[in-house]
Amino acid sequence: MTTDPNEGANTLEMMINMGPQHPSTHGVFRMVLHLDGERVVRVEPHIGYLHRGSEKLSEGESYAQVITLFDRLDYVSNFNNELVFCMAAEKLMSIDVPERAQYIRVILCELNRIASHLLYYGTYGLDTGAITPILYSFRERERIQNLFEAVSGARMMHNFIRIGGLKQDVPEDFRERMDRLLPQLRQGIDECDRLLSHSEIFLARTRGIARISAEDAIRWGMTGPALRASGVLEDVRVTEPYQVYDRFDFDIPAGTMGDCWDRYYVPLEEMRQSLRIIQQAMEQMPDGPVMTTMRRIARPPKGEVYVQAENPRGAIGVYLVSDGSEKPYRVKVRPPSFCNLQALPYLMRDAYVADAVVILGSLDIILGEVDR
Amino acid sequence: MFGNLKGLLMTFKTTLRKPVTAQYPKERLPIEPRRMGFPMLMWDKNVGEPYCTACMVCIRECPTQCMSANMKDNPLQAEGKSARRKIVESFEINIGRCILCGICVDVCNFDAIEMSYETELSTFVRNGRRMDLRELLERGTGWQEQSGWKPKKERQPAKRGPEAEAKVEEPT
Repeated sequence: MTTDPNEGANTLEMMINMGPQHPSTHGVFRMVLHLDGERVVRVEPHIGYLHRGSEKLSEGESYAQVITLFDRLDYVSNFNNELVFCMAAEKLMSIDVPERAQYIRVILCELNRIASHLLYYGTYGLDTGAITPILYSFRERERIQNLFEAVSGARMMHNFIRIGGLKQDVPEDFRERMDRLLPQLRQGIDECDRLLSHSEIFLARTRGIARISAEDAIRWGMTGPALRASGVLEDVRVTEPYQVYDRFDFDIPAGTMGDCWDRYYVPLEEMRQSLRIIQQAMEQMPDGPVMTTMRRIARPPKGEVYVQAENPRGAIGVYLVSDGSEKPYRVKVRPPSFCNLQALPYLMRDAYVADAVVILGSLDIILGEVDR
Repeated sequence: MFGNLKGLLMTFKTTLRKPVTAQYPKERLPIEPRRMGFPMLMWDKNVGEPYCTACMVCIRECPTQCMSANMKDNPLQAEGKSARRKIVESFEINIGRCILCGICVDVCNFDAIEMSYETELSTFVRNGRRMDLRELLERGTGWQEQSGWKPKKERQPAKRGPEAEAKVEEPT
């Protein structure tokens, strides 16, 4: 006769603190895990360790200075952040941006999307215990950042996109550099894909983990690759095209199961689509000025505007209120990774504690954007 | 099993490639002409004085308030050697606060301040990494020679396409 040794024992939930100083929380994010044995009963996310008050700071800075704050929101996709603020200010001032500037913006933003997804690919490999992928992805990312340095003078925090256009035109050897860079990137992305995507160990860690259905993903307010992994074809670049995105032919990659592997693979596929966009933009790019002639100190009329754009992590929105002075009255940001993070307790229910890092990593959060 | 082998084949192929890493302190990556390091002040060789007149535009526009300056009457103007009525007396940049955004360069009307290639912070000083006028000009002059910088007037006009005369959109 066998007896259960735990029968009649009064077992309690165990509480485990993960973070804020934990290498797999992608910054300073703290999770309080309540465990029943190996299972996660519930999780309490704690945010705010990286809060810098960017929204409030924006109210004390002129419009040109706010761009530097937006650089530091999602600090791995700086161009995309600069773009969305400039788009909001341009809409408020009803400025038409020259076409060349729009094309250059699109090229730089898509390159930044690839750089950002490469970082996600590398760190997600680390989260699942594979150390090699980050070496491959950073090799490719470095090429993109070298190009950014040649264009804007900075590898990150470019402050290059201005209200009404760009700081300056791209350097003269831009086209040759791009012709060299794009095949390298294409090859690099294929190598990254071959290295990790179909590894049995990686599949065992990610396939079928933390599934979320399309309805639930929408209900939790997810956007970007995390939502598309559930099979929802929603992309601001397609549904509400901004800049010149409506002139390009590209697909929206989507997953089928909405599990961690899909959330990992959709960005990888998106990089290839970004390359397609860049290729077309390079072909179509016209000559001309890159900046509209406007007053040096931007002073939009009274009013309010909401603009959204597709960041690498999802739809970023900026709600900008102007009282007619040279400083914005209110800047509200809808950060995509903050909204994606809301689904974390739902995704973590009944997961194994060993998968906690894998699930958090698959959401691809950037704490600079979550805490602002 | 097959997926793992595919990945391993990938790593094996990479062993045959040349390394891409630069061994940083010994080996440095080439400097891009547009690289933005810390802002430095420019020296007008023709007259023998700084371009800066301490007009305070950069100081007002700096998002981190990392600069300060004082102005004085230009002694060279009294002698008839210079066209600048005012000249910078003291200028200080707190390099530790500077975020390298380049706004000061954009707003400057006198070509006085430029982003140098200098990005390394550590030295043996105890002033919180503040640079005074002498150091800023010294390093600025060094950068001028290194990069072959010219003031805006002497530069070639930028290439402009047919749409160069875009309509002026004055905000109401």
